[in-house]
Amino acid sequence: MTALQILIDGFAISALYALAAVGFTLIFGVSGVLNLSHGGIMLVAALIGWWAAGDLGLGVYGGTLVGILAGLLTAYLTYFVVVRPIQRSRKIPREETEIFVLTGTLLWGIMIQVGMAALFSDNPVTMRPLIRGVVDIFGVRTPKNELMIAVVCWVVIGLLWLLINRTRVGKSMLAASINPRGLTLLGFDLSRIYFLVWSIYGTLAGIAGVLLASFLGVGTANAGQLTASAFSIVVLGGLGSVSGSLLAAFVVGYLETITAYLLNPTLRPIPALLLLVLVIYLRPQGLLGRR
Amino acid sequence: MINSKQTPARLARWLVPRAVALAAALSLTSAAAIPAAEPIKIGVIGEESSVAGASITKAAQMAADDINAHGGVNGRQVEIIAYDDHSSSSDAVRAFQRAVTEDKVSAVIASYISEVALAIEPWSARMHMPFITPGAASTDISKHVHDDYAQYKYTFHGWLTSAFIAQSICDFEHDTIVKDLHAKTTVVMSEDAAWTTPLDAQYLECLPKAGLKVLDHIRFNPDTTDFTPIFNKIEGEHPDVITTGISHVGVQPTVQWHDQRVPIAMAGQSSQATTSTFWKDTNGDAEGIITASAAAPGVAITPGTIPFTDAYVKRFGSSPAYDGYTTYDDVHIIADAIKRAGSTDPDKMVTELEKTDYVGTVGKVQFYGQGDQYTHALKYGPGLVTGVDIQWQNGKQVTIWPRDKANGKITFPAAIKSPH
Repeated sequence: MTALQILIDGFAISALYALAAVGFTLIFGVSGVLNLSHGGIMLVAALIGWWAAGDLGLGVYGGTLVGILAGLLTAYLTYFVVVRPIQRSRKIPREETEIFVLTGTLLWGIMIQVGMAALFSDNPVTMRPLIRGVVDIFGVRTPKNELMIAVVCWVVIGLLWLLINRTRVGKSMLAASINPRGLTLLGFDLSRIYFLVWSIYGTLAGIAGVLLASFLGVGTANAGQLTASAFSIVVLGGLGSVSGSLLAAFVVGYLETITAYLLNPTLRPIPALLLLVLVIYLRPQGLLGRR
Repeated sequence: MINSKQTPARLARWLVPRAVALAAALSLTSAAAIPAAEPIKIGVIGEESSVAGASITKAAQMAADDINAHGGVNGRQVEIIAYDDHSSSSDAVRAFQRAVTEDKVSAVIASYISEVALAIEPWSARMHMPFITPGAASTDISKHVHDDYAQYKYTFHGWLTSAFIAQSICDFEHDTIVKDLHAKTTVVMSEDAAWTTPLDAQYLECLPKAGLKVLDHIRFNPDTTDFTPIFNKIEGEHPDVITTGISHVGVQPTVQWHDQRVPIAMAGQSSQATTSTFWKDTNGDAEGIITASAAAPGVAITPGTIPFTDAYVKRFGSSPAYDGYTTYDDVHIIADAIKRAGSTDPDKMVTELEKTDYVGTVGKVQFYGQGDQYTHALKYGPGLVTGVDIQWQNGKQVTIWPRDKANGKITFPAAIKSPH
């Protein structure tokens, strides 16, 4: 009984983790950016979605759309206002660009968090579930919304896989992650590829934010934790490796769920963090990482 | 080509003169800001981004405006100087120091967070600055005053201590859930924080006396976002009711409780549920949730409750959180003490604050004396302050306890199977 409960709950939370982390690892793989404002972007999607669904009266579907759009716009803002100016700045030495991007996005994330708290207060909010009600799975009472979230996550991840592996733009993104210079020599415009990858990232982070708001609820205080969990999943899976992130999301999701059910809910994040430390020691490139 | 080693030096060359200029400008403005005719200044430290913390500064300003509209205190106006501590103890201590040394306030009202109030308390002692917390609950606040009165006597506890909150909830559960609904068992579910340690200790003592056997006592990290495992465990123990002690969390456990159709009622202290925005934050999943609070909209605990609530809603668009009521009272209590003392001398103010007998918005306010266990804490009991218990019903907070103040009956949505 508890085993089945762990299986179901772990699956839903892992799928959500995977969705949130895939975009994060994608922009690292393609453009070398570690975006520490990730949690902030999810937060914007969740809070704006909640606000649009309720206060603007757009309902749950309208709110979801507006939330995803807000996530996408914030991702663009992050890229054009924070990341790109740092990358292009002649005042920042080449070898320090990544550190500056890291610091810039970290501060940007804090600005988003504080700004959202000023606008919406730090009370957590929840989106109304897309589907209400519960379903009984062999005696485990499961909210339908939880199952739907898992399905949506996998559909989106599947679409992303198709996009990357089966389309021309996807292949050029893949090529950019392997050899950006070669790609420019072939006449591809790198900045267009970066724009595309940030578009995908923004959409994924937006969907993840809105789904999280309808699953567990989101408050401004969660921003740091959301970034940290995406970051540790991506490091665990191997920076830049999409399949590694998927695997790591499930390892972390299930490890947390098992801990919460069998040990103590308070200890929930600890074993995953210990595993992360171990991986950094024994296999610094991550589970499926190449570099 | 820019050499990376030059960057800090260049930054310093850019930054230092500007920082000096800025500091000079700031010191000039603060020097110029000291007025000739001195109003009575009260420092108010709130948490602007949390619903409960924002009620503190808003209610304080309303109280000052009311006092000033009635001629002020001994002919002097009351001026509120508000600070935001961002829910951080160190920010709160800095704000407190600034209030005392720079802004020359005569008293400070601060915070609904016990950790913050406990951090300010020693500074109130060192700086001999009368200090009231309108919303913190830890029993340690008044224990310090009791244990070292000469040092700590400047601190007053303007809200019920955790022990009395627990007692009030036990009294409520005894009167309604046990007597009327025949509940026999409960599980205590509290967040791990300074205010819940004494709360839980009192729960474990008074719940059995109220007729509820405590089957389990669960404390969880306030960072928890997924409550499924906790509810799962509780459901497996089949209690008749869940007794909560939550303040840092509230929306998330409530929504998950509803979405997972946990069939057991939740009552106790759920501070976020005391605010009027809770219904919207939870999309109505709050239906059936019961929480203790200072007061509730539309319920005349005293003749002052409804006029204050209405004026607050008119001015700010939402009803005050529990500490909005107490802050409003505390500003009046401080003003009255200064009036009676005829001065803002801290020791004279403390003597007068101890004599407080004030009918405010939450009841009749008196503080326990030097010989009592909870020195300078709000007195609890019928005829004084008991708090109320409210239940969310169809988007409204309905008062269900105490009986003489109730404007509705306890009722649960269909998904709640227990208590019957």
